[in-house]
Amino acid sequence: MAEKKRKIFSVKIAPQECKGCSRCVNACPKSVLKIQENINQMGYFFATYTGDGCVGCGACFYNCPEPGAVTIYEKSEE
Amino acid sequence: MTEKIKLQRPKGFFSKFDRRPGPVKTNMHYCPGCGHGIMHKLIAEALADFDMQQNTIFIAPVGCAVFTYYYFDCGGISVPHGRAPAVATGIVRATPDAHVISYQGDGDLAAIGLNNFLQAANRGENMVVFFVNNAIYGMTGGQMAPTTLPGQKTVTCPNGRSTVNEGYPLKVSEMVAALDSPVYVERVALSTTKNIMQARRAVRKALQNVINKKGFSMVEALSGCPVNLNFNAQEMNEFIDNQMMSYFPLGCLKDIADNRDPIKRPVSIYAKNKVKAVLFPQAVDGGVDAEFENPSELFKKERRIKCAGFGGQGILSLGMMIASMAKLRNFNVSWLPSYGPEKRGGTANCSVVLSRSEVGSPLIDSDCNLLIAMNQPSIDKYLPELKDKGVLLYDSSTASAPENIGNRIVYSVAASNIAEKMGSIKCANSVMLGALAVILRDYFLEKDDPQDFDRVFEEAILDCFSHKKNTIRLNFNAYYAGKKAALEILQSSTVKG
Repeated sequence: MAEKKRKIFSVKIAPQECKGCSRCVNACPKSVLKIQENINQMGYFFATYTGDGCVGCGACFYNCPEPGAVTIYEKSEE
Repeated sequence: MTEKIKLQRPKGFFSKFDRRPGPVKTNMHYCPGCGHGIMHKLIAEALADFDMQQNTIFIAPVGCAVFTYYYFDCGGISVPHGRAPAVATGIVRATPDAHVISYQGDGDLAAIGLNNFLQAANRGENMVVFFVNNAIYGMTGGQMAPTTLPGQKTVTCPNGRSTVNEGYPLKVSEMVAALDSPVYVERVALSTTKNIMQARRAVRKALQNVINKKGFSMVEALSGCPVNLNFNAQEMNEFIDNQMMSYFPLGCLKDIADNRDPIKRPVSIYAKNKVKAVLFPQAVDGGVDAEFENPSELFKKERRIKCAGFGGQGILSLGMMIASMAKLRNFNVSWLPSYGPEKRGGTANCSVVLSRSEVGSPLIDSDCNLLIAMNQPSIDKYLPELKDKGVLLYDSSTASAPENIGNRIVYSVAASNIAEKMGSIKCANSVMLGALAVILRDYFLEKDDPQDFDRVFEEAILDCFSHKKNTIRLNFNAYYAGKKAALEILQSSTVKG
């Protein structure tokens, strides 16, 4: 019981909401975000999560000028 | 394993931007990397966290952020350029429980709206101003703003802002912090994560001050306009951190909210009859019921009356008495004095318009029905404006009968002489009113209730001099003397005729 729960974070960037300004990519302390090589419906090279290493700091969320492009999830092991 | 969302789209935004035209309903209209989006997010998050959306009115500026009502799930109002603090003042005075947020850019706040903003700050209105400073006019294509940095190149200063020509950037936060009323002034930057998190704290503190009714709070956010300045995200942050911050240092310039008591305002009154009672507390004796309308055909037309004479003769009061008289008989009235140096000596005049429907222009420069002149220059000047078959009433002790009167009807009474005999030349205007009461009988009243007509003049004197009680008797006497004199003149002329 007293054992500390390990938390796993992940970030999801909605491809259709991203305008590819790359503020999140620059802000990420762990450099786990990158700009995609293909474009979204609006014609922007959008950002994605590389899939590993998010620490849930929220830097990308607060740097992102779009309201709902970035969502940060938190998983905790039972 | 349980998964939960740690950070997501703030609840202060609409879940879908249905007000936004076009197919895209989830994104904002801002350019990629725009500082507005970051600021919006911080505010929307705080609005939801403080559970204040129901009571919040968000005032949209003119500029890129003009469409805030697309996005924020709270009350919203769009106002002309720079007028947000003035409108906010109205809202917050009428509804003291409203949380008013004014969101303004540097062109809006620091250029055209600087006076509105400074006056609202100085009054200490209970509101928060979010001032987004990006050093240029963003929406119109990057022109020089009051906050453009020295040497910075913009569309309208292609060689860089010259401090000799255009002066130095306006330090708005420093100016506001120097005033006594504002409780909280902080400058933040929307550049690096650290600065953004400081901005988040500042936004929350400012909104908390509004909720606690502490008074005027302002947060200035140095923001990026990467598209107009032609920077990428990294360069934009560097520009803010290195160049803007060296001129606009970050930090809290003032925070005295803890030492201030909450602002208390009287409870607002909205009921129509109560508002009327507050605006017109003086009850006038007599009067007719609110539905009264004189049935005479003549009263259906607009009456345009001009009073003119020397300053000090009571010209404006005379006009006011005529206007009060009409007001008491449920006319729509306008009373427009001519303001100017002539008010103290020299010539004075006022225009009174009486109408059953709405008064169009309160200004009279032609088609005058009735001209009341109390000196010679007024007759000379305004007689051409008098309509054919219009009435001229002049003071025969100070002016003489005009020539070329055409079909106009002319009456005169020696008002100043009579008033002087009564004890004060100041009441010559009431003598004129008395004469008016006699001559208007035929011209204006036709064959309606003459008692009511007399009574309305007396009520007008009571109404006008209600704040100078000791002069009422004198004015009444003067009024009756004027009536008597006019009657004598009329009778003698009919005898002669």
